[in-house]
Amino acid sequence: MEMVPKPRSHAPAKKDRLRAKRKKPRRYWEQESGASPGPPPKKRSSRPARPRSSQVLRRSRISRKAQVPKPERRKPEQTLSGAQDPFPGPAPAPLEVSRKFRRIDKSKPLPSPKSKTRSRLEAAEAEEEEASVRAARSELLLAEQPGFLEGEDGEDTAKILQADIVEAVDIASAAKHFDLNLRQFGPYRLNYSRTGRHLALGGRRGHVAALDWVTKQLMCEINVMEAVRDIQFLHSEALLAVAQNRWLYIYDNQGIELHCVRRCDRVTRLEFLPFHFLLATASETGFLTYLDVSVGKIVAALNARAGRLSVMAQNPYNAVIHLGHSNGTVSLWSPAVKEPLAKILCHRGGIRAVAVDSTGTYMATSGLDHQLKIFDLRGTYQPLSARTLPQGAGHLAFSQRGLLVAGMGDVVSIWKGPGKASPPSLEQPYLTHRLSGHVHGLQFCPFEDVLGVGHSGGITSMLVPGAAEPNFDGLENNPYRSRKQRQEWEVKALLEKVPAELICLDPRALAEVDVISLEQRKKERIERLGYDPDAKATFQPKLKQKGRSSTASLVKRRRKVLDKEHRDKVRQSLEEQEQQQQQQQQQEKTKPPGTRPSALDRFVPQGDPWGINWCLCLLS
Amino acid sequence: MKVKMLSRNPDDYVRETKLDLQRVPRNYDPALHPFEVPREYVRALNATKLERVFAKPFLASLDGHRDGVNCLAKHPKSLSTVLSGACDGEVKIWNLTTRKCTRTIQAHEGFVRGICTRFCGTSFFTVGDDKTVKQWKMDGPGYGEEEEPLHTILGKTVYTGIDHHWKDAAFATCGQQVDIWDEQRTSPVCSMTWGFDSISSVKFNPIETFLLGSCASDRNIVLYDMRQATPLKKVILDMRTNTICWNPMEAFIFTAANEDYNLYTFDMRALDTPVMVHLDHVSAVLDVDYSPTGKEFVSASFDKSVRIFPVDKSQSREVYHTKRMQHVICVKWTSDSKYIMCGSDEMNIRLWKANASEKLVAEPSPGPYREHLHHKTLERV
Repeated sequence: MEMVPKPRSHAPAKKDRLRAKRKKPRRYWEQESGASPGPPPKKRSSRPARPRSSQVLRRSRISRKAQVPKPERRKPEQTLSGAQDPFPGPAPAPLEVSRKFRRIDKSKPLPSPKSKTRSRLEAAEAEEEEASVRAARSELLLAEQPGFLEGEDGEDTAKILQADIVEAVDIASAAKHFDLNLRQFGPYRLNYSRTGRHLALGGRRGHVAALDWVTKQLMCEINVMEAVRDIQFLHSEALLAVAQNRWLYIYDNQGIELHCVRRCDRVTRLEFLPFHFLLATASETGFLTYLDVSVGKIVAALNARAGRLSVMAQNPYNAVIHLGHSNGTVSLWSPAVKEPLAKILCHRGGIRAVAVDSTGTYMATSGLDHQLKIFDLRGTYQPLSARTLPQGAGHLAFSQRGLLVAGMGDVVSIWKGPGKASPPSLEQPYLTHRLSGHVHGLQFCPFEDVLGVGHSGGITSMLVPGAAEPNFDGLENNPYRSRKQRQEWEVKALLEKVPAELICLDPRALAEVDVISLEQRKKERIERLGYDPDAKATFQPKLKQKGRSSTASLVKRRRKVLDKEHRDKVRQSLEEQEQQQQQQQQQEKTKPPGTRPSALDRFVPQGDPWGINWCLCLLS
Repeated sequence: MKVKMLSRNPDDYVRETKLDLQRVPRNYDPALHPFEVPREYVRALNATKLERVFAKPFLASLDGHRDGVNCLAKHPKSLSTVLSGACDGEVKIWNLTTRKCTRTIQAHEGFVRGICTRFCGTSFFTVGDDKTVKQWKMDGPGYGEEEEPLHTILGKTVYTGIDHHWKDAAFATCGQQVDIWDEQRTSPVCSMTWGFDSISSVKFNPIETFLLGSCASDRNIVLYDMRQATPLKKVILDMRTNTICWNPMEAFIFTAANEDYNLYTFDMRALDTPVMVHLDHVSAVLDVDYSPTGKEFVSASFDKSVRIFPVDKSQSREVYHTKRMQHVICVKWTSDSKYIMCGSDEMNIRLWKANASEKLVAEPSPGPYREHLHHKTLERV
């Protein structure tokens, strides 16, 4: 069969150079001018160049090693139809994107070179690099692009009205902007479900409603005849938790009351930890209570010892609860520990609002001192940026892509950062909006470019281009899931429910190499065997004949041995004490590091190596 | 102003008809999958617990011997045939699918010390306490014929073990020394010895087929080369080794079952230290056999248990024991790597699953005819 010479993008081998002299027959899809689809022959692609076969042969001859004949691999350019791949080689994988997929902390030192663990860790690191490059390449398959809003010719995006955005945008997005005027039942708090399809609203005077806000289908609407302080969806849109005046109630999405949890009384704020199935409640009595909604048990009731708790936020990265206090501190809590994991002093006055972004890197706080500060949570806990607001922000929220919204009175301001991974820059707001009432609740809708605001006049749904993550993962939270998919997801989520004891500041703590100490190993061994095999057995005096084994003599013999052991122990401890004292004295006597050596140092008294002082005393 | 809102077309995310598959878009960004490590931990914990829940390894007990089972041999071509030799000189051939004995031969007077099959599967060899080596046909005697060995070799001393070459018509016996026999001759082709004590077992290497290993009473393991008819190397351990078994996938690895309750995996090229010491038994280890995958092996011990070890770990992954099973003398891993057979001194051969929670028989789905046969009694139709 006649082989057609193809223009190659890498340096041609000797065989191909011969073939290239023949002219290539023109195909019907090529234009009259003879230009062929695909890159010009001399262009070098970004992938690494393949080694020339002739070079490989030369090298093998020099080294004289036995070459295992490799199977002849069919070259990708040689297809039967003669068509060429216009983009040869693997797809480009940008380096910054592959960094996102790296999980191993390379700053930690590897163990000693001889251990097996080190070789395994090194192999794991190499695998992770390769996997991160492949994952970065797979990002090309993501279908959606995030939204954006740019002003032209120095236009300030903060001055753009919602009405203008609604006019400029397509119909489906314009329908996402709506206002519910509900003045009768008091200021509203709202909550979106995890998938972002469903919205729960609770009015202060008892109005509780759940609806699918995309199709505007109402699921239920009831009045609970009691003050409603906060409302939260549980793991799916099927269950609602409502913090009423006296106790915590759990309702079905049809409005049926399922549970009344009397142990959680006078709850002001609710937060649901989705991967642990824990509902965290902060109450006026100063208690932070964790309720496991899958089994229905109170896992922990922690006394925060800081008075009335009314500011609470969840860190989605590690499920730690942030409580804001009136002395300007934010404390971090985990249900496994009775004391706060950390306390951060943030503001001069009391804290009014706390919010943590979805990757757990930044915490935004606002206080009575009219400041809005952004703290770095991974590492230094230091403030990164601060801004003075004319009016203190009573509510804060982060979006999935790192936008920060602050509700100040009846005005809502949104700040945006330069990229997804950097904190929002507080210089200029991205968008602002004035509402018809004072803000009482703020939340960004999970996978839509929408901000839900609950205020004293009802609910407003605002358009915020670029707020949400465009590509969701169908196995985690899928807004388009069917009933069967939801059921399957719920069962799998319950099977994977993380126990509450594993909540700590670093969620990857379990992945560390477990270096068990010798004492711990001894303790475990004693537990397993039931006795301590290394402990010395108590002395049993040998029974002797001829009356030498009477009770009195047995007691005497036992006493003798025990006294001897006691004396040995005391002598050993005295010796150890003396050694420690000597070491301490030596440490005190060493010179401070700053001094320079001088000729008079030999006369400085440094202890008594030859007993000179004693000799002097004798002589004198 | 330039504005674009994120707006998804539901046609791209929702299936068109009920007969389509559901669409599940994926995004592998770690920010969308928090708590990877704790969730994976919980999944692994649940999987381990469920594996224990479904672990039902015991399959069958082959009953019929009238004295303790001393040795087992696998048929090289048939997965369902196994041969066993007992302490009263009987050799039985079993069919594992019907779990019945198909043939019984009174092979020796006294113990059957060793049994091995020829590589082609047409005959097998037995050695016994009556100082004989006998070769038998694998198929039973025809009509009217008596049960007679194909070939009998009388020796001067008691033979304690036998193993057949994996490719040639040669076999090796051990007793006072290691003898290599040609099948056509009545006297050994060569005899090799190193040391002055009796040798308890001999095994051919399945890959480098000219190599043999043997275990002697003076606590050593000796490797021989059949081509040069000399012993090659020797390693002396603290206590006596009962048997060795070669790894069928790696030519230079063998595992020795020792009296000091351990098994030692050696690399033939460097015999000064073992590659791995396998520790879990609490009494002498009597027999060891590798899985055909070469990744695991099974060991039988005097402590009435059978343990499965991975090659690279020092702890066993599984232990099989029953109240009824007493000291386990011999064990074999079947050639499809799914079953383990062990013979114990209470006259039973037991068949176990190699992976305790594995489902070995697929649930039969009722076909078009059987769909109406829901009633249990009708299912046997």
